[in-house]
Amino acid sequence: MLDALNQLRADALAQLAPIWDAAPLEEWRVKFLGRKGALAALMEKLGALPKEERAAAGKLANETKRALEAAYHAKTGAMKQRALSETLESEPLDVTLPGRPVQRGRLHPATQNLREIYRIWGDMGFQVFLSREVESDEINFQMLNIPPHHPARDNWSTFYIADSDRRLLLRPHTSPGQIRAMRQLSQGGTQPLRVILPGMCYRYEQISARYEIQFNQVEGLAVGRNVTFADLKGTLIEFARRMYGDRPVRFYADHFPFTEPSAQMDVQCIICDGAGCGVCKFTGYLEILGCGMVHPQVLRNGGYDPDRWSGFAFGLGPERIAMLKHSIEDIRYFWGNDLRFLEQF
Amino acid sequence: MKLPLSWIRDYVDIKIAPEELAEKLTFAGLEVEQTEYIGVARPPGLRGGHAAWLESGARPELAWDRSTLFVGQILEVKPHPNADRLTLAVVDYGRAEPIQVVTGAPNIQVGDSGQKVAFALEGARLFDGHQDGWKLMTLKKSKIRGIESGCMVCSEKELGLSEDHEGIMLLPDDAPVGAPLADYLADVVFDIKINPNMARCASVIGIAREVAALTGQPLRPIPQKVIGKGAPIEGQVDVVIKEPSLNPRFRLALVRGTTIKPSPFWMQRRLALAGMRPINNIVDVTNYVMLETGQPLHAFDYDKLVERAAGAPPTIITRLAQPGEELETLDGVKRKLDPFTILVCDTRGALSIGGVMGGAASEVDARSKNILLEAAAWEYINIRRTLAAQRLSSEAGYRFSRGVHPTQASVGLNRAIELMRVVGGGEIAKGIVDKYPGKPKKIVITLPVAEVKRQLGVEIPAKEIVRLLESLEFQVKAQNVKRKTSNLRSPITNLQVTVPDHRLDVDGTDDLIEEIARMYGYENIPVSRMNDELPPQRTNLDLDQEEAVRDILIDAGLQEVVAYRFTTPEREALLTLPGAPRPAFPARAYVRIENPISAERTVMRQALLPNLLDLVAANLRYQPRVALFELGPVFWLRGANDALLPRETATELPEDKDIQLPLERRRLGIVLTGPREHVSWHGSDTAPMGFFDLKGIVEALLEGLHLSATFAPADDPLFHPGRAAALKFDAQAIGVFGELHPVVREKFDLPAQAVLVGEFDLDALLARVLPGHKVNALSRYPGVAQDLALVVDENVPADRVQALIAQTGGALLQRVVLFDVYRGDQIPPGKKSLAYSLTFQASDRTLSDADASKTREKIVARLKREIGAAVRGE
Repeated sequence: MLDALNQLRADALAQLAPIWDAAPLEEWRVKFLGRKGALAALMEKLGALPKEERAAAGKLANETKRALEAAYHAKTGAMKQRALSETLESEPLDVTLPGRPVQRGRLHPATQNLREIYRIWGDMGFQVFLSREVESDEINFQMLNIPPHHPARDNWSTFYIADSDRRLLLRPHTSPGQIRAMRQLSQGGTQPLRVILPGMCYRYEQISARYEIQFNQVEGLAVGRNVTFADLKGTLIEFARRMYGDRPVRFYADHFPFTEPSAQMDVQCIICDGAGCGVCKFTGYLEILGCGMVHPQVLRNGGYDPDRWSGFAFGLGPERIAMLKHSIEDIRYFWGNDLRFLEQF
Repeated sequence: MKLPLSWIRDYVDIKIAPEELAEKLTFAGLEVEQTEYIGVARPPGLRGGHAAWLESGARPELAWDRSTLFVGQILEVKPHPNADRLTLAVVDYGRAEPIQVVTGAPNIQVGDSGQKVAFALEGARLFDGHQDGWKLMTLKKSKIRGIESGCMVCSEKELGLSEDHEGIMLLPDDAPVGAPLADYLADVVFDIKINPNMARCASVIGIAREVAALTGQPLRPIPQKVIGKGAPIEGQVDVVIKEPSLNPRFRLALVRGTTIKPSPFWMQRRLALAGMRPINNIVDVTNYVMLETGQPLHAFDYDKLVERAAGAPPTIITRLAQPGEELETLDGVKRKLDPFTILVCDTRGALSIGGVMGGAASEVDARSKNILLEAAAWEYINIRRTLAAQRLSSEAGYRFSRGVHPTQASVGLNRAIELMRVVGGGEIAKGIVDKYPGKPKKIVITLPVAEVKRQLGVEIPAKEIVRLLESLEFQVKAQNVKRKTSNLRSPITNLQVTVPDHRLDVDGTDDLIEEIARMYGYENIPVSRMNDELPPQRTNLDLDQEEAVRDILIDAGLQEVVAYRFTTPEREALLTLPGAPRPAFPARAYVRIENPISAERTVMRQALLPNLLDLVAANLRYQPRVALFELGPVFWLRGANDALLPRETATELPEDKDIQLPLERRRLGIVLTGPREHVSWHGSDTAPMGFFDLKGIVEALLEGLHLSATFAPADDPLFHPGRAAALKFDAQAIGVFGELHPVVREKFDLPAQAVLVGEFDLDALLARVLPGHKVNALSRYPGVAQDLALVVDENVPADRVQALIAQTGGALLQRVVLFDVYRGDQIPPGKKSLAYSLTFQASDRTLSDADASKTREKIVARLKREIGAAVRGE
């Protein structure tokens, strides 16, 4: 009996080894472990054994049963494992194939650029004030210390509106917004003010790689009881640092009729890091904005008493900034709106 | 303006390198845009602008070697034994023996002697005068027609001074023989940008004054000595000023017996370096003194004036032009004069446009002997107006239109009349005719010392402030109150500042503070961050909403564009069929440009679509699919029926009331065309985009803004009939969209494919947006889904069916999705089948199928009753 059990176990295990499919495995199970299988048949005969043999044979029969069951489960596991490996290996992907395209929309680079500028100034408490694009000569020039026929007008090549007796124009700069912002927000010159004034400006220029007839400008204005030229320097340096990284800046005297003192701010050339290149015309620096202390008369025109209030203002050209940052050689790309350009942003 | 440093050195010593000086001037607001080095080496590096100059491809600069190039003197000119056209010149160059050179220069001849020349020894580096362009060569010993010579007398081209290689350069008689040429003739020329507030610096003395202040050197005054020994001017000419406000001063001097000839070398050379063409000694003196002092001058031929006055002493009258008056100016143009033009006239008529340009009739010419010299002052705004009206520019006009202080008329006249005597001979008439009705008051400004700190944020000691101002010739008196109880003085609190005579641009403390800051150095002002009170913070709702719309649209896959805001009425008229009404784009008065840049940009746009369609046409040349939007203003003149938006009312100023600013209204334009998806190997939906692609985007926009609107068929000739919808809130249509009419499409040169366009009144749309929107509670109970396939008449709009379903379904009906629209087999003609998926769900219990069916039956009953719908298959 013991021999028969051992033989059965050896046969069963030997037959199990080559099985790798579900149907033969089931056949094997029925054949050896089934209710009418070989092991059951042997176990049925246990009762007929002499008493002294029965215990040993019973023990071996149980061991054999456990061993075969364990082998069966191991086989099932191994087969699952093998089947999974086969599936996993059967359909490898060429992962270098392009993915399914996403139809992504994009903001115009001018908008992206403006948003970055809004964010930086917003963090410093300067909020956006939107002002009009068609302006009156009075607000655009006269309120900014530029009377009719003043020589400073040469600096703004202006489009005038027909039939307005030159009293209406397309704003050539965002500075008239200073007057509107002060009048609207200062509560009669009693509240401090920090605003930026973004928007489209227009100049009568021959369109070329460098000049456009329309362009964005962002004006900034801070008025307070205690705002100084040192504040102007410090605040603009903060802006430049966030916009261009930590690089040297320099201020030098310039002229705008609506600020005094007036200054120009340069930042070390972001192309050559100050070594000198064609972009910075070999000066090592790039002109990035004009600025100055708000002229007392302009403060007065905005409703402030210049003896108690002071302020600074600045103006910068977002498209110029973008051109520098992305090495864009032609300003006409902006309003040309060629998708091949826009899709690079 | 271009100025040689040698000239500036007449008035101030320059003890720093030109590069350093250029930097100082630039930082002080006088930007040195370019530096030209003549005969001296340009220093390498950024400050010398070396690389910029190399890159510019400008004329090469040649540094004159001090050991091979000298001032020489010709001792003798002998014939060349073997050539008629060549001569042999013996040149003394101050060292060793005189040297014989061969020359073919036509401006020295056999028998000449004594001329001063630029002399080059063997080994000198020069430009090759015989080659075109600028080729450097080293002077070598060679035989010319049998005579050996290694040295040379040089032409201007060989020295790199000009392109002139006609003859050798002749130097003035007083040139020091033996001096290195570099010491005698080398120079550095600054090209300085003069801002309008720096008009006083459009002169040698103006720059020299700044140099003196910036470098701490004393300024030497302009020579004012006049040797006037001739018969007095008194009685020889009279001056009448009719408009003292426009012509505050008029001065005349007379020099008799002048000889008109070329001006001396040094004067010609300086004029040339400053960019002016030498003409003759008298004209050159007027230009020279204008450049030097900033005071423009005008020379009349006195005898021509006398002749015009029929032999009597002339009377000069300055007055406004009379109606229809004309004058032929020196440039040969006969000019119609405006009534605001101020003229210099005599009793016969106009002689010149005051401060701008002389007339032909009284011009100095080669035969002139007696010169009447004018130095006047003119009101600058009026000069600028005249220049603009006459489309004229002149050096005099440039200066007068920016302002020249009347005191400068004496400085300039004295300097010029004496120079004329020196370079032209003759005798200066004793005295000067000086009419000065508009003498400006001395400007005295009280500057509180504390004001400097308040504006600049830096404490500059009063003494230092005084020093900075005095360096620019301001006179400063400190005011400090003596304390009663002791002899100690209180700190200086105020400065009494008297503005110097040459300044017209200073009249307030802000101007003084700017001067203090410039001289103190912007770089020395400290850096601080504002510690001022934070102003009231405000949200810009208009901007936030605008940006939200942009974000929604790019999420929907659209590309934002920003187009030109200029167009033409003709271009915009293409949006419709001729003569047809344009409900979407009503006729409004254009904001027209008085001075358009081109015929394609004559007005401000009233619609976004025309420019967008142009962009689409341009882009379709490179890609098949274009999906874009623009958000921006359109413009029109305010009509009687145009009410202002709250935004416009809020920003309006009293100043705007009498001027009617045009309206600027925000619009949104969308254009789609081409395949729905880009081609890819995944197998993409490349069917052309149609009406519902655009409508989906419009719906996404509404959803993003939490707005609900209705869509109605739009009858607008811009669109393909039957394929356009109006976006409506109640009865208000705020935009139309749909497929572009094929005829319009062709007018915009677009290919034959569906082009979907929409334009919306963004201001009206955004006005509907509420500050917050309500969110529905979520049910925890399962829902029941049932389908409902209906057959309805073809002309029943889908949104009516859906509205009825939703209304009838009430609170239990959570969702209605139309998933199929079918016409054809099994559907009778004139009918269509609409299949809906309905989701029923209660917030307080699990619904049974029976509950759902009950509601569904109610819906079906209502649909049958109201629109005659049948359930498909029943």
